[in-house]
Amino acid sequence: MSAAEIRVAINSDQDIVSARQKGRMMANELGFSSGDATLVATAISELARNIVSYARKGQITLKMVNGLNRQGIWVIATDDGPGIPDIRQALRDGFSTSGSLGLGLPGVRRLMDEFEITSQPGRGTIVAVKKWK
Amino acid sequence: MEVPILKQGAVLIATFQAALSDADLNQLRIGLVQQVVRFRSRAVIVDVTAMDVMDSFASRTLREISHMIRLRGAETVIVGIQPEVAFAMVQLGLTLEGVATALDLEEGLAYLNEKFKTTN
Repeated sequence: MSAAEIRVAINSDQDIVSARQKGRMMANELGFSSGDATLVATAISELARNIVSYARKGQITLKMVNGLNRQGIWVIATDDGPGIPDIRQALRDGFSTSGSLGLGLPGVRRLMDEFEITSQPGRGTIVAVKKWK
Repeated sequence: MEVPILKQGAVLIATFQAALSDADLNQLRIGLVQQVVRFRSRAVIVDVTAMDVMDSFASRTLREISHMIRLRGAETVIVGIQPEVAFAMVQLGLTLEGVATALDLEEGLAYLNEKFKTTN
Protein backbone atom coordinates (compact mmCIF):
# COMPACT_ATOMS: atom_id res chain seq x y z
CA MET A 1 0.00 0.00 0.00
CA SER A 2 1.25 3.46 -0.81
CA ALA A 3 0.25 6.74 0.83
CA ALA A 4 -3.19 6.88 2.42
CA GLU A 5 -3.44 10.50 1.45
CA ILE A 6 -2.43 12.18 -1.78
CA ARG A 7 -2.62 15.86 -2.60
CA VAL A 8 -2.69 17.12 -6.15
CA ALA A 9 -2.29 20.82 -6.87
CA ILE A 10 -4.71 21.91 -9.58
CA ASN A 11 -3.37 24.77 -11.68
CA SER A 12 -3.93 23.71 -15.28
CA ASP A 13 -5.84 21.32 -17.52
CA GLN A 14 -2.90 18.91 -17.35
CA ASP A 15 -3.42 18.63 -13.58
CA ILE A 16 -7.00 17.45 -14.20
CA VAL A 17 -5.60 14.39 -15.98
CA SER A 18 -3.03 13.79 -13.26
CA ALA A 19 -5.62 14.06 -10.44
CA ARG A 20 -7.98 11.57 -12.02
CA GLN A 21 -5.15 9.13 -12.75
CA LYS A 22 -4.04 9.25 -9.09
CA GLY A 23 -7.64 8.77 -8.00
CA ARG A 24 -8.02 5.70 -10.17
CA MET A 25 -4.77 4.29 -8.81
CA MET A 26 -5.97 4.74 -5.24
CA ALA A 27 -9.34 3.18 -6.09
CA ASN A 28 -7.55 0.23 -7.67
CA GLU A 29 -5.33 -0.17 -4.59
CA LEU A 30 -8.43 -0.26 -2.42
CA GLY A 31 -9.81 -3.02 -4.60
CA PHE A 32 -12.63 -1.07 -6.22
CA SER A 33 -14.18 -2.69 -9.30
CA SER A 34 -13.01 -1.18 -12.57
CA GLY A 35 -16.49 0.29 -13.06
CA ASP A 36 -16.45 2.05 -9.68
CA ALA A 37 -12.87 3.23 -10.24
CA THR A 38 -14.10 4.82 -13.47
CA LEU A 39 -16.91 6.59 -11.59
CA VAL A 40 -14.39 7.94 -9.06
CA ALA A 41 -11.95 9.06 -11.79
CA THR A 42 -14.77 10.78 -13.70
CA ALA A 43 -15.98 12.60 -10.57
CA ILE A 44 -12.42 13.78 -9.85
CA SER A 45 -12.10 15.01 -13.42
CA GLU A 46 -15.26 17.11 -13.08
CA LEU A 47 -14.29 18.53 -9.67
CA ALA A 48 -10.78 19.41 -10.87
CA ARG A 49 -12.30 20.97 -13.98
CA ASN A 50 -14.53 23.19 -11.83
CA ILE A 51 -11.42 24.39 -9.98
CA VAL A 52 -9.62 25.27 -13.23
CA SER A 53 -12.72 26.88 -14.79
CA TYR A 54 -14.01 28.88 -11.85
CA ALA A 55 -11.15 29.36 -9.38
CA ARG A 56 -8.10 28.86 -11.66
CA LYS A 57 -6.23 27.02 -8.92
CA GLY A 58 -6.90 24.81 -5.96
CA GLN A 59 -6.25 21.35 -4.65
CA ILE A 60 -7.65 17.84 -4.82
CA THR A 61 -7.00 15.67 -1.78
CA LEU A 62 -7.53 11.92 -2.05
CA LYS A 63 -7.88 9.94 1.15
CA MET A 64 -8.39 6.30 1.95
CA VAL A 65 -11.12 6.06 4.59
CA ASN A 66 -12.24 3.27 6.86
CA GLY A 67 -15.89 2.91 7.71
CA LEU A 68 -17.66 0.16 9.61
CA ASN A 69 -16.57 -2.99 7.79
CA ARG A 70 -15.84 -1.07 4.65
CA GLN A 71 -13.25 1.03 2.96
CA GLY A 72 -13.69 3.95 0.70
CA ILE A 73 -12.13 6.85 -1.06
CA TRP A 74 -12.66 10.43 -0.05
CA VAL A 75 -12.11 13.16 -2.61
CA ILE A 76 -11.91 16.74 -1.37
CA ALA A 77 -11.74 19.59 -3.86
CA THR A 78 -10.80 22.94 -2.36
CA ASP A 79 -10.24 26.34 -3.89
CA ASP A 80 -10.08 30.01 -2.88
CA GLY A 81 -12.08 31.07 -5.90
CA PRO A 82 -15.18 33.24 -6.21
CA GLY A 83 -17.43 30.68 -4.49
CA ILE A 84 -20.91 29.64 -5.50
CA PRO A 85 -23.58 32.23 -4.68
CA ASP A 86 -26.53 29.86 -5.02
CA ILE A 87 -25.61 26.28 -4.12
CA ARG A 88 -29.16 25.04 -4.48
CA GLN A 89 -29.25 26.25 -8.06
CA ALA A 90 -25.83 24.74 -8.76
CA LEU A 91 -27.11 21.38 -7.54
CA ARG A 92 -30.20 21.46 -9.72
CA ASP A 93 -30.08 19.21 -12.74
CA GLY A 94 -30.32 21.01 -16.04
CA PHE A 95 -28.40 23.95 -14.65
CA SER A 96 -25.30 21.92 -15.19
CA THR A 97 -25.74 18.82 -17.34
CA SER A 98 -24.60 18.26 -20.93
CA GLY A 99 -21.22 19.79 -20.22
CA SER A 100 -22.00 23.07 -21.89
CA LEU A 101 -22.08 25.52 -19.02
CA GLY A 102 -22.59 24.98 -15.35
CA LEU A 103 -20.70 23.05 -12.74
CA GLY A 104 -21.70 19.43 -13.29
CA LEU A 105 -22.29 19.05 -9.56
CA PRO A 106 -25.54 17.04 -9.75
CA GLY A 107 -23.71 14.59 -12.02
CA VAL A 108 -20.83 14.27 -9.57
CA ARG A 109 -23.34 13.66 -6.78
CA ARG A 110 -24.84 10.79 -8.81
CA LEU A 111 -21.42 9.27 -9.47
CA MET A 112 -20.50 9.12 -5.77
CA ASP A 113 -22.14 7.79 -2.57
CA GLU A 114 -21.75 10.83 -0.35
CA PHE A 115 -21.62 14.48 -1.30
CA GLU A 116 -20.96 17.60 0.77
CA ILE A 117 -20.45 21.14 -0.38
CA THR A 118 -19.63 24.37 1.42
CA SER A 119 -19.05 27.61 -0.37
CA GLN A 120 -18.67 31.20 0.64
CA PRO A 121 -18.87 33.90 -2.00
CA GLY A 122 -15.48 35.55 -2.30
CA ARG A 123 -13.83 32.93 -0.07
CA GLY A 124 -13.90 29.69 -1.99
CA THR A 125 -15.54 26.31 -2.30
CA ILE A 126 -15.01 22.89 -0.75
CA VAL A 127 -16.62 19.85 -2.32
CA ALA A 128 -16.08 16.58 -0.48
CA VAL A 129 -17.33 13.32 -1.98
CA LYS A 130 -17.00 9.70 -0.90
CA LYS A 131 -17.31 6.40 -2.66
CA TRP A 132 -17.52 3.20 -0.65
CA LYS A 133 -16.21 -0.08 -1.96
CA MET B 1 0.13 14.37 -26.53
CA GLU B 2 -0.63 14.22 -30.25
CA VAL B 3 -3.58 12.22 -31.47
CA PRO B 4 -2.60 10.18 -34.53
CA ILE B 5 -4.91 10.73 -37.50
CA LEU B 6 -4.84 8.01 -40.14
CA LYS B 7 -6.18 8.56 -43.64
CA GLN B 8 -7.87 5.57 -45.17
CA GLY B 9 -9.47 6.47 -48.50
CA ALA B 10 -12.26 8.94 -47.88
CA VAL B 11 -12.23 8.23 -44.13
CA LEU B 12 -10.04 9.77 -41.43
CA ILE B 13 -9.44 7.73 -38.31
CA ALA B 14 -8.38 9.52 -35.12
CA THR B 15 -7.28 7.34 -32.22
CA PHE B 16 -7.57 8.87 -28.75
CA GLN B 17 -5.10 8.05 -26.01
CA ALA B 18 -6.04 7.60 -22.35
CA ALA B 19 -4.58 10.79 -20.93
CA LEU B 20 -5.72 13.62 -23.17
CA SER B 21 -5.70 17.08 -21.67
CA ASP B 22 -8.17 19.80 -22.65
CA ALA B 23 -5.45 21.41 -24.76
CA ASP B 24 -4.92 18.12 -26.64
CA LEU B 25 -8.66 17.84 -27.27
CA ASN B 26 -8.86 21.41 -28.54
CA GLN B 27 -5.94 20.81 -30.84
CA LEU B 28 -7.55 17.66 -32.16
CA ARG B 29 -10.81 19.46 -32.83
CA ILE B 30 -9.04 22.00 -35.01
CA GLY B 31 -6.71 19.45 -36.61
CA LEU B 32 -9.48 17.07 -37.57
CA VAL B 33 -11.62 19.68 -39.25
CA GLN B 34 -8.59 21.02 -41.15
CA GLN B 35 -7.73 17.53 -42.39
CA VAL B 36 -11.32 16.87 -43.44
CA VAL B 37 -11.08 20.00 -45.60
CA ARG B 38 -7.62 19.17 -46.89
CA PHE B 39 -8.37 15.60 -47.92
CA ARG B 40 -12.01 16.22 -48.85
CA SER B 41 -12.84 13.38 -46.48
CA ARG B 42 -16.37 12.03 -46.38
CA ALA B 43 -16.19 10.69 -42.87
CA VAL B 44 -14.26 10.69 -39.60
CA ILE B 45 -14.04 7.85 -37.14
CA VAL B 46 -12.96 8.82 -33.63
CA ASP B 47 -11.73 5.76 -31.77
CA VAL B 48 -11.99 6.28 -28.00
CA THR B 49 -11.30 2.66 -26.97
CA ALA B 50 -8.27 3.72 -24.89
CA MET B 51 -10.08 6.54 -23.07
CA ASP B 52 -10.72 5.57 -19.46
CA VAL B 53 -12.58 8.75 -18.52
CA MET B 54 -15.01 10.74 -20.62
CA ASP B 55 -15.88 13.85 -18.68
CA SER B 56 -18.04 16.81 -19.66
CA PHE B 57 -15.27 18.53 -21.58
CA ALA B 58 -14.26 15.49 -23.64
CA SER B 59 -17.88 14.75 -24.35
CA ARG B 60 -18.61 18.32 -25.43
CA THR B 61 -15.52 18.31 -27.67
CA LEU B 62 -16.67 15.12 -29.39
CA ARG B 63 -20.10 16.64 -29.95
CA GLU B 64 -18.55 19.79 -31.39
CA ILE B 65 -16.25 17.80 -33.67
CA SER B 66 -19.20 15.85 -34.97
CA HIS B 67 -21.30 18.95 -35.59
CA MET B 68 -18.47 20.86 -37.28
CA ILE B 69 -17.72 17.95 -39.57
CA ARG B 70 -21.41 17.62 -40.42
CA LEU B 71 -21.38 21.25 -41.52
CA ARG B 72 -18.62 20.26 -43.93
CA GLY B 73 -20.97 17.64 -45.33
CA ALA B 74 -19.09 14.71 -43.82
CA GLU B 75 -20.03 12.11 -41.19
CA THR B 76 -18.52 11.38 -37.78
CA VAL B 77 -18.75 8.10 -35.90
CA ILE B 78 -17.47 7.69 -32.33
CA VAL B 79 -16.35 4.12 -31.74
CA GLY B 80 -15.14 2.10 -28.77
CA ILE B 81 -16.78 3.77 -25.76
CA GLN B 82 -16.03 1.29 -22.98
CA PRO B 83 -18.95 -0.08 -20.92
CA GLU B 84 -17.68 1.50 -17.67
CA VAL B 85 -17.15 4.81 -19.42
CA ALA B 86 -20.67 4.67 -20.89
CA PHE B 87 -22.08 4.00 -17.41
CA ALA B 88 -20.21 6.93 -15.89
CA MET B 89 -21.25 9.22 -18.76
CA VAL B 90 -24.92 8.44 -18.28
CA GLN B 91 -24.66 8.98 -14.50
CA LEU B 92 -23.03 12.31 -15.18
CA GLY B 93 -25.78 13.23 -17.65
CA LEU B 94 -23.67 13.12 -20.84
CA THR B 95 -25.51 11.48 -23.71
CA LEU B 96 -23.71 12.57 -26.93
CA GLU B 97 -27.09 13.28 -28.50
CA GLY B 98 -27.08 13.57 -32.26
CA VAL B 99 -23.70 11.87 -32.59
CA ALA B 100 -23.36 8.51 -34.35
CA THR B 101 -21.66 5.79 -32.31
CA ALA B 102 -20.58 2.23 -33.05
CA LEU B 103 -19.17 -0.66 -31.06
CA ASP B 104 -15.68 -0.63 -32.55
CA LEU B 105 -13.65 0.42 -35.59
CA GLU B 106 -14.96 -2.45 -37.70
CA GLU B 107 -18.60 -1.63 -36.93
CA GLY B 108 -17.90 2.05 -37.53
CA LEU B 109 -16.50 1.35 -41.00
CA ALA B 110 -19.42 -0.96 -41.77
CA TYR B 111 -21.87 1.77 -40.71
CA LEU B 112 -20.18 4.29 -43.02
CA ASN B 113 -20.03 1.87 -45.97
CA GLU B 114 -23.74 1.27 -45.61
CA LYS B 115 -24.39 4.99 -45.39
CA PHE B 116 -22.29 5.81 -48.47
CA LYS B 117 -23.97 3.02 -50.43
CA THR B 118 -27.42 4.45 -49.85
CA THR B 119 -26.41 8.02 -50.65
CA ASN B 120 -24.55 7.17 -53.88
